[in-house]
Formats: sequence, structure tokens, C-alpha cells
Amino acid sequence: MDRIYMDHIAGTPLLAEALEAMLPFYKEKFGNPSSIHGFGEEAETAMSEAREKVSSLIGALPEEILFTSCGTESNNFAFKGVTKALRSKGNHIVTTPVEHFSIMHTIKALEKAGFEVTQVPVDNTGTVDPQEVADAITDGTILVSVQHANPEVGTVQPLADIGALCKEEGVVFHTDAVDSTGNIPVDVNKLNVDLLSLAGNMFYGPKGAAALYVRKGTRIQPLLDGGIQERGKRAGTENVPAIVGMGVAAEEAAKSMEERSGHLNQLGKKLMSGLSDRIENLHVFGHPENRLPGHVSVGVEFVEGESILLFMDMQGVAVASGSACISRSLKVSHVMLAMGIDHATAQGSVLFSLGKDNTEAEVDKVFEVLPPIVQRLRDMSPLYKKKTT
Amino acid sequence: MAIKYSQTVMDHFTNPRNVGELEAPDGIGEVGNPACGDIMTFTIKVDNDVIEDVKFKTFGCGAAIAVSSMISEMAKGKGLEDALKISNKDVADQLEGLPANKMHCSNLGADALHAAIRSYYNAKENGQSTPEVVTVDHDHEHEEEKEGHTCKCPHCEIETPLDIPYCKSCGREVS
Repeated sequence: MDRIYMDHIAGTPLLAEALEAMLPFYKEKFGNPSSIHGFGEEAETAMSEAREKVSSLIGALPEEILFTSCGTESNNFAFKGVTKALRSKGNHIVTTPVEHFSIMHTIKALEKAGFEVTQVPVDNTGTVDPQEVADAITDGTILVSVQHANPEVGTVQPLADIGALCKEEGVVFHTDAVDSTGNIPVDVNKLNVDLLSLAGNMFYGPKGAAALYVRKGTRIQPLLDGGIQERGKRAGTENVPAIVGMGVAAEEAAKSMEERSGHLNQLGKKLMSGLSDRIENLHVFGHPENRLPGHVSVGVEFVEGESILLFMDMQGVAVASGSACISRSLKVSHVMLAMGIDHATAQGSVLFSLGKDNTEAEVDKVFEVLPPIVQRLRDMSPLYKKKTT
Repeated sequence: MAIKYSQTVMDHFTNPRNVGELEAPDGIGEVGNPACGDIMTFTIKVDNDVIEDVKFKTFGCGAAIAVSSMISEMAKGKGLEDALKISNKDVADQLEGLPANKMHCSNLGADALHAAIRSYYNAKENGQSTPEVVTVDHDHEHEEEKEGHTCKCPHCEIETPLDIPYCKSCGREVS
């Protein structure tokens, strides 16, 4: 059976070119970039090249890129590093209720440590109002953080406006751009951000390589104490092969972004309208225009997401869901609840995140596979019966 | 997270037995709430204190559907008193186990069946010709983590109060 992958927001396949570039660094070029001999130097040179490629993807300077191990580390680093550095200036943080767990849970830890957090609400498209963010800033605010694009509903935030307001107020502004970088244009100067989290495996690079952009002049304390890697900001031997792979993927993303997003927009529109035509009582989540290309997030009323996913997987189609039954904690998506979507509808969540290699034929396959699965589950559902009688 | 279900669970999920609703049932039971994810309704036909027929409808995950299907098979042909003795754990055992974090939320089939039996007894006692649905509230609360009062169970990773010696969700001992 041909398998169809439509869960790119969970991770993308690795570019063949990236893998090729990585292999020597697992074999003969195994040196530690901190070493001064030839082995170290070739690793260091490769890492510098990758740093340049990643920085140019987001319009930054190479020395403003700190390599980390994953998006979660980058987000933890930004929040814990900045608040630690600026503690004497205040204890207030402004963010949103639709952030990734690596921020939601970091906030809880910071609250326990005495910081105060304001979460600016989102509207029913998942968008924050820049003015409300600015209004939440107080004299004691030391960090504002707003996600760039939401992985569950695809909504892209008006970051440039928020960043401009933060600049006016003189407050450090961070964005979690893990789901947007490499997929839509990201320029740290146009977006007015001081810190930005990104991860290679969201744009066809390998797992294990990510970065935190830190604008020159922004104070931050390290998360890990140790050696002087990454200019003393992030200790620990670098994952050279993965960083090299991320560099190749970053270069390729910059080069083919327009082509990729044109393809994804077209497929995404086809998928969204085709599902609405074929399935009754289907809710489309997220902002209608300001969204990630190829990201389709829907709520199928009267049925539960895990059941849909299991049946789709049996037919070879891999998708995701924000249903409580999927999560280990058995809690429904906090993003959907923050957008005012009720529990029962959020339970029927199905997320399609398309990638550059998906085809029209694969979208047609979804049209063939999904409607009968939904009908079968609805016929079994006590909620469906109540609605029709 | 990859979901690991036993073959028996997958069999009952993909080919559920006794789906539907009986016409003119002798008992109707319901359990669950959408916040948790799973809702099950059971209808039964009773003859001579024996469950002649049973049908269910379920809104929920793979485990919830498999649990409903399994207990419908277990209950069919059983005397009411014996059917009342079937526990949620018996159902999970018959299914060759369920993932630990599904034990509490999705394993509600016995509760739903027992509610249907109670509905039958209520109608009989009150001399009603049509039974009234008995609804069991699912007691599982997904409260916001209370500062310092809960922590994750080391077995099933569901939040459970710190001050009890066993996990509220999977029932295993927590030291």
C-alpha cells in the first residue's frame, strides 16, 4: 500500500541533499568543532557555513544564531535566559494562550519562580490583536512572546505590528517561529523581533538541529552551564551532522520557498473546499487568509479524532488531531479551547499539514477515504442520532 | 504518540459487534461527557431476567468503541445479576489489555451496561411501560493542575493527587 504523509507539522522528511551532506560528519569528518587540529577545523568550517545559511534564511547575522537541539530547547532558552538576565528590571511576561507546550509549561515554571504572566486572548480565528499586546505591557514587563504560526490551526499572527509596538515600548520581543521558518517568509528585521526560535526538521532538515536567533545587544543567560561553545551561550558539543543538514535545508528552503508555497496553497485550497463539499457539519479552524500554506485544520462534528486517525492510517493516510484521546494527558487542545471551540467539536479535530511532495492525486485519495470513515463513525455515534431526530 | 492497541482491540474497533439501538428497549444506560472524549449509550432487551439483546452507540476513541463492542458480546445471554458483576477491568482483560492512559477514560462499558440494567429495574419497580434513561456521570476531572497537589503517575503519566497511595487513573501503587 502506498502511504500518504500529511503530518508535516509534526516533522518533515529529510532532504536527500541534506542527508548526503551530513554523512561525512558521521564518518571521516567526526571531529569536535572546539578542537584546534585539522579534524576540529573541518567540523568548525562546516558549522560556520551552516550558520550562514540559517542566518540568511531569516535575514540575521551569522553571529546572531545559537544552535540548539530542538525547538523546545530554543523556547526554554529564550524564556529562561531572558528572564534570568533581566530579572532586576522587572518580573512581568506577556504572551498568548495558544503557544506551544514548550512555552506554556515554561511559563508555569516561571510563575512558580515568582514571575507574573499576562496571556493576551485570541479571537475565534486564533489571532491576537497587536494593540491588546501593547496594552498588556507594564513598567515591569521584560519579555513579550507571540508565536508566529500555530501548528494546530495554521493561523499566522500579525507579528510585524506587535514587534513594532514592543520596539516603541522598549521591551524584548521573542517569537516561536518553529512552524513558520522555512515555510513562509521570515525576516527578523521586518518582523521586529529580538529573539526567534526555529527548528530544522520543520523545513526538511534533520531532527536534532534547531536554533535561537538572538539580536545583537540582547541580554540572555545560558540554560546549560559548561564550555564556551556558541560564544558561551550554549554549552555542549554541537550536533555537527544535524547542523550541517539543517544548513542545507535552510538554503534549499530560501531558494524554493515561492515555488513550494504556491504548490501548497493550491493543494490546501483544494483540500479545504473539497472536504467542505463532501462532509456535512464540518468546521474549518483558523484564519481564512493569514495561515500556513497547505495547512488544513477541521472539526468533524459528532465523531472523535483518534477513531478517524486510526481508520485513515489503515488506509495509509497519516494525519494528526487535537482530540483529547490522542494526547497522553487526555486533554483537548488548549489552542482550540482558547479560540472558543467547544469540547465536542475540538474532539473531532483532524489536522492535515501538507508538504512539498504531496500531490493532487493524494488529496483526491483523502476525498475517497475520509467521507466513508466519517459516515461509519457517525452511524455509531450517539451524538449524531440526537442531532438528526 | 503512536497508539498501541492489542489485536483484539483493533478487531473490535474495526468490526464492532452490536452497534445500534434497540427498538422498544427494556433499559437504557448512558455514560460519559464530551470533555473527556467518550460517550456511550446502551439499550437492552430483557426476558426472564436474562439479557436477550444489547446494542450500543459510542462517541469516542478506538478503545472506547472496542470496549463497548466487547461488553455487548459479554453481556448477551447473561442473567442480569451476572451482568452486573462484569467490571470495567474484566472488559479490559478480555480485550487483552488497554493502554494505561485509556484505562480510566475509555473503559466505561461496564458502567454504561450497569446503567441500562438499573434503568430496567427502575421501570419494573415503578410499573413503567417504557424505561427512563439512567445516566452515569463520569467522575474523571480534568482540572487544571493545582499547585503542588498533583503530579504525574509514574506508570500511566496521568495527573494524580500526591496524597493518595495509588494512581486515580490506572489504579497502580505510587510510592
